[in-house]
Amino acid sequence: MQATQGIGKPAKERGVSGRTFRAAAWLGWQIESNWADPLIFFIYSVIKPLSGAAILVVMYSVITNGAFDDPMFAYIYLGNAFYIYVAAVLTGVSWTVIDDREIYRMLKYIYIAPVHVPVYLLGRGFAKFAFGSLAVFITIAAGVYFLNVPLDLSLVNWPLFAVSLTLGIVMLAMMGLVLGSVMLLIVNNANFMGEAVAGALYLFSGAVFPLSILPGWLQPVGYIIPISYWLELLRRSVVGQVAESFPTFSQFSDIQLLAILAGLTALFTILGFVVFRYCDHQAREKGYLDRYSNF
Amino acid sequence: MDLAIHTEKLARVYKLRGNKKEAAKELVALRDINLDVRRGELFGLLGPNGAGKTTLIKILTTLLAPSSGVARVAGYDVASEPEKVRPRINMVSGGESSGYGLLTVRENLWMFAQFYGIPSKLANERIKQLLDIVRMSDRMNTKSSDLSTGLRQKMNIVRGFLTDPEVLFLDEPTLGLDVEASLDVRNFVRGWMEANPDRTLLLTTHYMVEADELCDRVAIINGGQVLACDTPANLKRQLQSDVIYRMEVSPLNGLQPEALEALGGVRKVSHEAQDGAAVLELILAEDDALGSVVNMLTGKDIHILNLQKREPSLEDVFVNLVGHSMKEAESDANG
Ligand SMILES: Nc1ncnc2c1ncn2[C@@H]1O[C@H](COP(=O)(O)OP(=O)(O)OP(=O)(O)O)[C@@H](O)[C@H]1O
Ligand SMILES: [Mg+2]
Repeated sequence: MQATQGIGKPAKERGVSGRTFRAAAWLGWQIESNWADPLIFFIYSVIKPLSGAAILVVMYSVITNGAFDDPMFAYIYLGNAFYIYVAAVLTGVSWTVIDDREIYRMLKYIYIAPVHVPVYLLGRGFAKFAFGSLAVFITIAAGVYFLNVPLDLSLVNWPLFAVSLTLGIVMLAMMGLVLGSVMLLIVNNANFMGEAVAGALYLFSGAVFPLSILPGWLQPVGYIIPISYWLELLRRSVVGQVAESFPTFSQFSDIQLLAILAGLTALFTILGFVVFRYCDHQAREKGYLDRYSNF
Repeated sequence: MDLAIHTEKLARVYKLRGNKKEAAKELVALRDINLDVRRGELFGLLGPNGAGKTTLIKILTTLLAPSSGVARVAGYDVASEPEKVRPRINMVSGGESSGYGLLTVRENLWMFAQFYGIPSKLANERIKQLLDIVRMSDRMNTKSSDLSTGLRQKMNIVRGFLTDPEVLFLDEPTLGLDVEASLDVRNFVRGWMEANPDRTLLLTTHYMVEADELCDRVAIINGGQVLACDTPANLKRQLQSDVIYRMEVSPLNGLQPEALEALGGVRKVSHEAQDGAAVLELILAEDDALGSVVNMLTGKDIHILNLQKREPSLEDVFVNLVGHSMKEAESDANG
């Protein structure tokens, strides 16, 4: 005996992805800005990125005896500022799995809704991106204003900047999707994974020092981290003269770097969806979609 | 026949990872479930804790993969066509406090309507309508974290109906609700089914009365198996020729209920100890058997404190099928 098929079509079978993305981004923004007290919200969104930068500035000034005019300073400062995006987008997308499953306990309801879960996760990540942009902007503005980071808006290569930023954010989101998919399968102690990955990449992606100052045998680590190429492109587009002072990527032209970044972005996009498909299947087999750890 | 849910030899095995105290093992949560639910039915799954009710719902809602067998919902295979099943269903589990607490009731519901592709205007109309029915319109703009557990559960139930699903799954919808709120929910469910005769609703419960009052048909499930499946009236009719007594007695002094079952004319006896007393539920083939029960009890110096004759209930059907009461089944499963 066969069950007969539905009474007409449900409201929408496909084409809800745009709505899903927007609703997810909206939810993400509500969560980010959910501070009862505007003062705490202000502190969180302004003081936090600045204090992160301040630590770096103090360390730099102690080590170099206050050589703020050295191109190295601008290099580090900007690398650090843009790295805010890595933590925001990478953990923003992947952390949503843990948040929704274990804190809000709503993942199962989203999962059984007619949404593409990756679209939902990316929407949540988009809110983090928007919020991160605020922090990046504040950090860079503070650097230019107080620390003479040599940023001249008329010298910025805007087209290169826009293309690199977009590609990089997409790449980070897709890396987040890979990580988030894996988190579907980790019930206990997945909470630190996003931070751990972002932290590990921080050291070797050229965020806080040029790869060229690493010992030769360690440099390949930097070259296999996709974020290195992205950060280099951002620096070149924003402060070309600074980037030129370091030989790390000088063998590549802008176009070559862009091509590499585009290739990596495509790679992670494919990887993101393949890994999601696999982990989704596994999680459903094992019954992990509504498992809660005790934290 | 027009079937909303159809399962064939559906089974689910959980692999339990070993730990220091226990070796890895497999737990059979569902075995060979064959179930047909017709379109338009309000179908109940009745069973004690650990019977497999939630597991079955999780499989039917595409949240969990079956280990073997087939399950079709709204005509589509849950394992191979989940993307066809999902737009046509929704699910609510009771007894848990979940939700985006920072969103208001309206926002929570609106967002889920978005996930189902329902235009905002229509969604807002439905939200207002449904909240009206469950008498929550005044809490529309309350943050859901500020709701009581019961109100949050009502909101969650509204979320299930909001998307106008073809097949709706309610897992213990009245768990943890007070009498009045439970009544609200039951009335709401009944009203919705009357207003939408082509919709199908499957609910699980371990409240006998709920299954009895609400459901067109009930499947009694225990230990991962369906023991019986019929209308409540038909299930009880099996016991029609039987007489049922509820007897309150002084403590049993070591008398085993099985000894009573051995008496002629006694079909099943379930026993529950209460402080300073015991309650026996007796299913007797004929009235006369009561005499020998009383004789045996008085012979053991057990006093009868209270005796009531009553109509068969689904609880008796369960006892008759399983051999002990739901409560006893639950302590077995947990101990
Ligand atoms: N994720 C899981 N991993 C391992 N075993 C599980 C898992 N979920 C359920 N079980 C086991 O499967 C059996 C059936 O559980 P299920 O939750 O389906 O029962 P239920 O009928 O819904 O019970 P209740 O009335 O308590 O909700 C139980 O023995 C339970 O311990
Ligand atoms: Mg259950």
